[in-house]
Amino acid sequence: MEDGASDWPTFAEKARKLLSEDKVATVFGGWTSASRKAMLPVFEELNGLLWYPVQYEGLESSPNIFYTGATTNQQIVPSVDYLLEQGKKKFFLLGSDYVFPRTANKIIKAQLAAKGGETVAEEYTPLGHTDYTTIIAKIKEAKPDVVYNTLNGDSNVAFFKQLKDANIAASDLTTLSVSIAEEEVKGIGPDFLAGHLVAWNYYQTTDTPENKTFVENFKAKYGADSVTSDPMEAGYTAVYLWAAAVEKAGSFDVDKVKEAAKGIEWNAPEGKVTIDGDNQHIYKTVRIGEIQPDGMIKELWNSGSPVKPDPYLKGYDWAKDLSAGS
Amino acid sequence: MAMWITQLFNGLSVSSILLLIALGLSVTFGLMGVINMAHGEFIMIGSYAAYLTQNAFKELLPGRMFDAYFPVALAASFLVAFAIGYLLELLLIRHLYGRPLDSLLATWGVGLVLQQIARSIFGAPNVAVNSPSWLNGGLHVMDGIDLPYKRLFILALVAVCLAAMYLYINRSHSGRRMRAVMQNREMAACLGISTRRVDGMTFAIGSGIAGIAGCALTLIGPIGPNIGTYYIVDAFMVVVLGGVGKLIGTVLGALGIGVFNTMFEWWSTASLGKVFVFLCIVAFLQWKPKGLFAVRTRQLD
Repeated sequence: MEDGASDWPTFAEKARKLLSEDKVATVFGGWTSASRKAMLPVFEELNGLLWYPVQYEGLESSPNIFYTGATTNQQIVPSVDYLLEQGKKKFFLLGSDYVFPRTANKIIKAQLAAKGGETVAEEYTPLGHTDYTTIIAKIKEAKPDVVYNTLNGDSNVAFFKQLKDANIAASDLTTLSVSIAEEEVKGIGPDFLAGHLVAWNYYQTTDTPENKTFVENFKAKYGADSVTSDPMEAGYTAVYLWAAAVEKAGSFDVDKVKEAAKGIEWNAPEGKVTIDGDNQHIYKTVRIGEIQPDGMIKELWNSGSPVKPDPYLKGYDWAKDLSAGS
Repeated sequence: MAMWITQLFNGLSVSSILLLIALGLSVTFGLMGVINMAHGEFIMIGSYAAYLTQNAFKELLPGRMFDAYFPVALAASFLVAFAIGYLLELLLIRHLYGRPLDSLLATWGVGLVLQQIARSIFGAPNVAVNSPSWLNGGLHVMDGIDLPYKRLFILALVAVCLAAMYLYINRSHSGRRMRAVMQNREMAACLGISTRRVDGMTFAIGSGIAGIAGCALTLIGPIGPNIGTYYIVDAFMVVVLGGVGKLIGTVLGALGIGVFNTMFEWWSTASLGKVFVFLCIVAFLQWKPKGLFAVRTRQLD
């Protein structure tokens, strides 16, 4: 186990150490897109295997990475569709200034343009930005139907605290966030977040027998106060998928495991997931949820069945120009 | 019109927050000359002290008494940061007077250690502090203008801290001793002032004020091991722009940066706004390298 210290070069360095010195069979980890992008060349060069458990901006498919978090067509694209169906046409895009929000918003803008929505403003704040009064004033001025929020980490705390101070409740302004899960709700305080929307593939409240066991075991190990969330579930799933692939391959060899992993199915807490052999992402069910006053997230809508991963959005006409640029 | 008033208020509010985080530094860096990179971590200590106070109240005095936690938390934040600051001065800082580069590296290291300690005790994710209910909501001035009570409270808190500091430095005995030592150490020592004790006290007071800032920031921002790093640059910017060693400089520095930052951000974007502010500061310091207010001394330093 190594700690990347949230420092991108450190991630690459530690990944190299794990692969070339410790000769590990596989690595589970990475958090921000930047950390993944830093490790990617190392894994490709040394033919390692990385399981990346976080939702991300898509437009990537490395032969040495398995992506168990959602790609865009399993989180962002359906959530925008959901909002459009609810009659929300005018979008205010707010994000932290780095690769994930910028790419996500590029996709959202193309999608809105094609489907009759409108981007009224697009704002980015530096990572770690803590004063949102001006942004909130801009939101008031722009009068959007919905704020699509791709802020990262601590900025979310400041944004939602200050939004409430500005006397704007979830009933006045819909927001949909893609980086706030149960763990983050706990750190911000559910008071500030109740009624706001999120999009993920899994919630602690997701109703499957596997999830009941998962939550019970998790609480038994980490205490009754602990909560499970989407990235945790994706990380947990990754370990089981790798184990299944190794068993099927009968070997720890990276190429054999990769070959064996194709089409493996597993009943995860989020429901059935399947590894897509073509792009090494997994089929996942999409879920839109509403944050509750007790800190849990209530599912409002789901995609019914697992959605086939499409990291380059090839199945969407309006997205044709997007993948070309990257 | 409403927008202008709101933005002006936001500018003032940002200034007050900047001033609050810079006040402590204006003592440790401004008066004492210690390049205190651990200043942000004293803010963090204040925030966690507020978190612990809140938890204690939740446990012991639930219900209506809970709202009373905040004044207690302010005091607790000050005391905890004060104590840790005193200890740090005693163990480390006092060996580093007059060695700015060493003190920079050493306090930076201390900052990292404190962050890691916080991460070990409280975990890496943020913790939640519920604001007292009497600070929820805002003052409705006219249509489209709501002034949040928390922002007004921080403005008032800064005013109180400033007044208290002014009185302490300029009117109290220990404040006079403090100024004497900072201005001419040998002479003060000759007159029988224990410069050791004054140094320790001064550093502890600066740290304590950072603690108060940390407690106030729980109202509007995140509470986690990293929060010090978000504020440290702004704090130094304010003190450097204002001119080291003068309270009035720090006040005007904070006001200038806060108002301009808010306006620039309104006209451009958050990132660009910051760039403009930095450019203005750099340009200003070219013109007046000692900042808005420089202390005039006979000493050649």
